Amino acid sequence: MNAVMSEQPAARIGTGAGCAAQVASHRCEVMEHRWVNARYKYLRLRAQAPLARITGCGQFYQLRCPVSERQQPFLLRPMSVYGTGPEDGTVEFLYNVTGVGTRALADLPVGGAMEIVGPLGNTFGFEADYKRILVVARGVGLATMAPLVREAGNNGVAVTALMSARSPADLMREEFLRGVEAQVHSVYDSDGSSAVEHIEILLRELIDTQAPQAVYTCGSHRLLMLLQRVLADYPQIRGEVAMEQRMACGMGVCLSCVRLFDCSKEAGKQDMQFLRVCREGPVFPISTVVGEVEFG
Amino acid sequence: MADLRVHVGDLILRNPVMPASGCFAIEYREALDLNQLGALVIKSVSPKSRAGNPTPRVAETHGGMLNSIGIPSKGLDYFRANALPPYTAYDTPVVVSISADTAEEFAAACAEVSLPEVAAIEANISCPNLEADGMAFAMAPDTTYRAISAIRRRTQHPLWAKLTPNAANVAAVAKAAEEAGADAVVMGNTVLGMAIDVRTRKPKLGNVMGGLSGPAIKPIALRMVHQCHRAVRIPIIGCGGIATAEDALEFMLAGASAVQVGTASFIDPGVMQKIIDGLQAYCEQEGIAHLRELTGAVQLDRQLTDRWLRFAQQSG
Repeated sequence: MNAVMSEQPAARIGTGAGCAAQVASHRCEVMEHRWVNARYKYLRLRAQAPLARITGCGQFYQLRCPVSERQQPFLLRPMSVYGTGPEDGTVEFLYNVTGVGTRALADLPVGGAMEIVGPLGNTFGFEADYKRILVVARGVGLATMAPLVREAGNNGVAVTALMSARSPADLMREEFLRGVEAQVHSVYDSDGSSAVEHIEILLRELIDTQAPQAVYTCGSHRLLMLLQRVLADYPQIRGEVAMEQRMACGMGVCLSCVRLFDCSKEAGKQDMQFLRVCREGPVFPISTVVGEVEFG
Repeated sequence: MADLRVHVGDLILRNPVMPASGCFAIEYREALDLNQLGALVIKSVSPKSRAGNPTPRVAETHGGMLNSIGIPSKGLDYFRANALPPYTAYDTPVVVSISADTAEEFAAACAEVSLPEVAAIEANISCPNLEADGMAFAMAPDTTYRAISAIRRRTQHPLWAKLTPNAANVAAVAKAAEEAGADAVVMGNTVLGMAIDVRTRKPKLGNVMGGLSGPAIKPIALRMVHQCHRAVRIPIIGCGGIATAEDALEFMLAGASAVQVGTASFIDPGVMQKIIDGLQAYCEQEGIAHLRELTGAVQLDRQLTDRWLRFAQQSG
């Protein structure tokens, strides 16, 4: 099976009958694997296929985490791409060691091997001629948006980052920016500055003074709902969120990872749809998210 | 090259490997050449629109997974206009799986999808029967008979009955399906299960209970295929935890004419092709000309127990 050789991974949707297979399992070698702080690990893999060229900002892979005596993950684990390149086959992940899958993954030795399936999902909408973007990140969300920061940096687009974390030790500012110059505003739970009321004032100030063309977020439902409210006052700004949901197949087959979205094209005409986070997403317009009660 | 073709009633499949309903959708054309599969079985569709079950819809377990997707459906018109056409573009028989609330609703829905481009209909009688307090049709022989015979009166298409491993006596259920006119039985489906997160004390599935699938249930499914094989003359399609060519061969030896692969595709979307390749390799290694000769070819020694008892008499 061959990986798709396209600059635009999203274009693979809608291939006709008889087309060759395009989503493949890639056997990768572990090139680097280390802790970046007490909870997060950095993983760099190398595949034979040119994953760096076919992977877009916001896409994810399904990881076949190694089975050990202590951890026996059964399903693949969806994980957003933290970075790609510079070599064609290189793909990077940054993950929170939290459950069975990531604990198993954390044991993977450098020089070891792991299979990954992908790239999967859609990509962030980004235009190279933007003047400025605003990224609102919390927790593992920064890994998902790091490729976007790099893309902005490569295209000379200014970046403002609003980073929220439990405490300064959890911020991972350098891991997020990776050398890209950005105006960073950090807020913390530890000093109360991450409170929604405070962030709303900051957000409105940043949007009013900097007029970003696009706002992106990932990692916090609270921040997502805040952004939906704030961005309703700025319809000219592109607002996108990368969503999470419990998945099985990762390819749109099993219908496990659905969420409800308001797909109305015009005001007043409601069109609520269950969409697959793995397939129609993981990136969705912030305005379409239906703030749901917690189902688990 | 060995001949991998198998017969399921009047249908001839190029090989015995097909997806299990619910674990396959057109998206897998990105990972597989659908012209290489034995058949394409589409996710069950119900005549009534349904939203499906609350999330989380999936939970991992040891050697398997629980799901409670709930057969979301936009109805048969939508299915015929939008869902079905992409599958019929391939040179592979298409099997439409139907789910319904009552025997009459089943019959009407199966009649509606008895289209020339549909090769067979799989009646998912493992779904809840609203006329019997939501107990699945295939839980008992009488409800199975009623549903399958109602469908049989309304369609000439090859009709497969998808049975549930939750039934107490699957052989009797398979027999009822055969007597009602089914052309084959699919044995089986997910095993009803449950999981709880001990930290949150919440069920791991939004629906509380769900169906267990994957390698964890394979021995159960294999046993049931063999029990059905002893009970009926119609072909059996084995289903439950098949992930490798060896698994598929086991099911054929136990009595299956063909196999369905479900959860394994979630771990490797290209796995069905690997199973087909593995079957070819096995036939070459074992010098088997026609794979279908393996159906029911498990070597049973019917005198073993008697010999053992005589042997054991020597002990004190």
